[in-house]
Amino acid sequence: MKKVVLMASLVLGLAAISGAQSGTALLNAAGATFPYPIYSKWFDVYHNAHPNVQINYQSIGSGGGIRQLLAGTVDFGASDGPMTDEQLAQSKVKILHFPTVLGAVVPTYNIAGVTGDLNFTQKALAGIYLGQITKWNDPEIAKANPGIKLPGEDIVVIHRSDGSGTSYIFTDFLAKASSDWKSKVGTNTSVNWPVGLGGKGNEGVSGLVKQTPDSIGYIELIYAVQNNIPYGKVQNAVGKFVKADLAGVTAAAAGSAKDMPDDFRVSITNAPGATAYPISSFTWLLIPAQIPDAVKKAVIKDFLKWMLVDGQNYNEGLSYAKLPKPVIAKETKAIDLIQ
Amino acid sequence: MVTSATPIDNAAAPPAGLRTFVQRLRDGDQIAHIITLVFAATILLITSLLVYELWINSGLSRSKFGLMFFWTRVWDPVSGDFGAAPFIYGTLVTAVVSLAIAVPLGLAAAIFLAELAPRRLSDGIAFLIDLLAAVPSVIYGLLGIFIVVPLMRTVVGPALKSTLGFLPLFKGPNYGVGFLTAGIVLAIMVVPFIISVSREVLLTVPREQREAALGLGATRWEATWKVVVPWARTGIMGSVFLALARALGETMAVTMVIGNDPKIATSLFAPGYTIAAVIANEFTEATGNLYLSALIELGLVLFLMTFILNGLARLLIVATERGGGRPS
Amino acid sequence: MSDLRLTWRKSLNVVMLTLTGVAAFAVVSVLFLILGYLIWNGGKSLNWDFFTKLPKPVGETGGGMANAIVGSMKLLFLAAVIGLPVGLIAGVYLAEFGGKTFSFITRYTTDLLNGVPSIVMGIFAYSLVVLPVKHFSALAGGLALAVMVIPITVRSTEEFLRAVPNSMREGAMALGASKWRTIATVILPAASGGILTGMLLSLARVAGETAPLLFTAFSNRYWSPGWNQPIASLPVMIYTYAIAPYDDWHRQAWAAGLVLLALVLIANLGCRLVLNRRGSYRSV
Repeated sequence: MKKVVLMASLVLGLAAISGAQSGTALLNAAGATFPYPIYSKWFDVYHNAHPNVQINYQSIGSGGGIRQLLAGTVDFGASDGPMTDEQLAQSKVKILHFPTVLGAVVPTYNIAGVTGDLNFTQKALAGIYLGQITKWNDPEIAKANPGIKLPGEDIVVIHRSDGSGTSYIFTDFLAKASSDWKSKVGTNTSVNWPVGLGGKGNEGVSGLVKQTPDSIGYIELIYAVQNNIPYGKVQNAVGKFVKADLAGVTAAAAGSAKDMPDDFRVSITNAPGATAYPISSFTWLLIPAQIPDAVKKAVIKDFLKWMLVDGQNYNEGLSYAKLPKPVIAKETKAIDLIQ
Repeated sequence: MVTSATPIDNAAAPPAGLRTFVQRLRDGDQIAHIITLVFAATILLITSLLVYELWINSGLSRSKFGLMFFWTRVWDPVSGDFGAAPFIYGTLVTAVVSLAIAVPLGLAAAIFLAELAPRRLSDGIAFLIDLLAAVPSVIYGLLGIFIVVPLMRTVVGPALKSTLGFLPLFKGPNYGVGFLTAGIVLAIMVVPFIISVSREVLLTVPREQREAALGLGATRWEATWKVVVPWARTGIMGSVFLALARALGETMAVTMVIGNDPKIATSLFAPGYTIAAVIANEFTEATGNLYLSALIELGLVLFLMTFILNGLARLLIVATERGGGRPS
Repeated sequence: MSDLRLTWRKSLNVVMLTLTGVAAFAVVSVLFLILGYLIWNGGKSLNWDFFTKLPKPVGETGGGMANAIVGSMKLLFLAAVIGLPVGLIAGVYLAEFGGKTFSFITRYTTDLLNGVPSIVMGIFAYSLVVLPVKHFSALAGGLALAVMVIPITVRSTEEFLRAVPNSMREGAMALGASKWRTIATVILPAASGGILTGMLLSLARVAGETAPLLFTAFSNRYWSPGWNQPIASLPVMIYTYAIAPYDDWHRQAWAAGLVLLALVLIANLGCRLVLNRRGSYRSV
């Protein structure tokens, strides 16, 4: 009996230690894995600057972010595929999109002996993911890479197994690159992939590519950089092969900055311009326009303001491009829409 | 010598049936009965609630797809077309592969432990194997990713391809992840159950059976295989069912090594998907009520599969323990 | 003629029996392999930081899983507080009070509940707790685990209560104790060793469960105060880190795996030694 009481008080004491300090604002968010590295950095820095604010962001994929936001289980979501009109209609509250960073989706690969940059034509990428191009030494790939010895091995295609904004961006590009893809598969966060293995999150795909020889996967640029996985150049709308970098992504966004719609939902894949990187995209935070909790509302608005000014300074260090100035100005005004 | 003299304690009394309800109430027995009954009933309540929730929340999907759900091979969140076939296939294939490996291995080990090993050694090993059964699934997954998958890709896969590559079972590219890998990891997970239960069941076979067989001139092996094992047959079957039920419901270890591709393929090297794995991967992100409903319907299907199997398993094991497994 | 057959039978005998030994050896080796690999890889990665620090932002090395360790403990606490009493008292019912049919139904349902895949338990807890209140919480995770604890506890409680000899019951009754008094002061204490170990085993079993926590307790980058917030746990962290590409995360996943396995195995080892039972529980 005494032992039981002792145990119980021990555990209760433990539970008490981790009890809430008064005045702590706890926010829960979930969504895209694409910007997870920069978001986790931001929330960490913000927390250090405001120790009584904790923003718990879980990277479960854009599909998850949208779903949990609609279900109301998180305070805000994140996605690299903008919400469709149907999805927005499902929400009782209006949902606002706030672009945060610009990023690139890159084709990474793991081929023995190939350490340099491979050039991928638009047809090649579409063909690989359609399952029509099955070997690495296929002419479509070989002709763009004259100096490189490609093996005759089967291509191990890797895609996302979860609902993903990165998939959205990639399939958006493929739909523009190939009418075949557009009609057979389409663009969405979760599609019926013709071939390939599924990895969970950008993390899962990176992990699979790293461990699987002769594989190809599409991931956000920073994941390739942080994990030292080679990634190739992609042919853009005017036919040039561009390797993903900050300049290429910024060039891709240049046109959109002027014509940015009010709800910020825009696609910049396959953008015109000689230096534009064709698989670029904005990524958005999904914020409800009405937030009943005053504390949370204040935190979110403050964080957004911080993000648009100080936060942007961390982008380039993690291989994301900064938002164009006109977009930042427009967003700053839009913050006032949050009631 | 005590007759019905005045009891020391007023509460002592003639048999329960003669006491009135109120008296029993005052004794506290009735209250105790009611309280414990309520708690037991809670279990029924929880289970009914579970089935109810599964049924209700899968309603959208059930009414849209009906029985076709079981045959549809497509899983397309874009078009809203959902079918359970690839997942049922994957669940069954991985379970069958795991049993194909675990049953011979487990039965052989159980025979060794029950018939050949000295009692102390047998008990000691059985103890260790019980520990194996306690290892959490996610740890098997961890080991699966970092040991089994590379092993499959570099050693086992090529070996199988060079010897049995002509079979459709082993055609196609070998990724390291896939049905076979998942089956192997599952086999490691369920073999302790088979050994544990089979060993116990074999130990209950009466000595006379063995002695009679040996007396008639059988070798040790013949006595074991032709007399003892058939005697324990139903119990061993029960252990297999138990293992099967465990393999069907296994989530984490499988989802980490199966490749997550909802396709039906004949090759064991191909990536696949199981019901439990797809629910784990897609539940938090199923946008749209139909999508979520389809996932919950999958959960209902899995529940039914394990329900039936567990029922059969219990029946078989109990039948052996009670009746003594006369080979029929 | 029968000489050849005899030789065949004899050699078959030797071969088959050897194979059974090989099989047993193989299975035991797997256990040692698992333990060995975990101890080697996990041991390398265990450091003081692991137990005391919070996770770092993505891509940065270092940090630890302090919040996941405490999180797992909190979840187990909930599972124990909700699940163990239900299991215990229901077990008392089945062993001491039960009528014929109701007991049968209860036992069958308990077995059924025991066999439900843990992912389905997660769906259950999600629709029951997460959806109505609209957030993930430690409570939801604890509930999912509690429902898994109940069947194991019921069966072991019943078994151990039944194992108490009837002479004790009769003796107590003869001294004038009522039924509930007998149970509370005589039977339960007599069976307490077994019952407590059964409880500990059930907790050890759910300590390693991941699937039911994925969409109930979710996860948390920080400490999770109270019971109403998402909470990190060891198994979920292992899963998340294992499938990611970061080598530092893999290192931490091994360490976490070792800690988890150590806890589970020590609990199991302790319990089984105390019980000194041959073979395994049916409550598997």
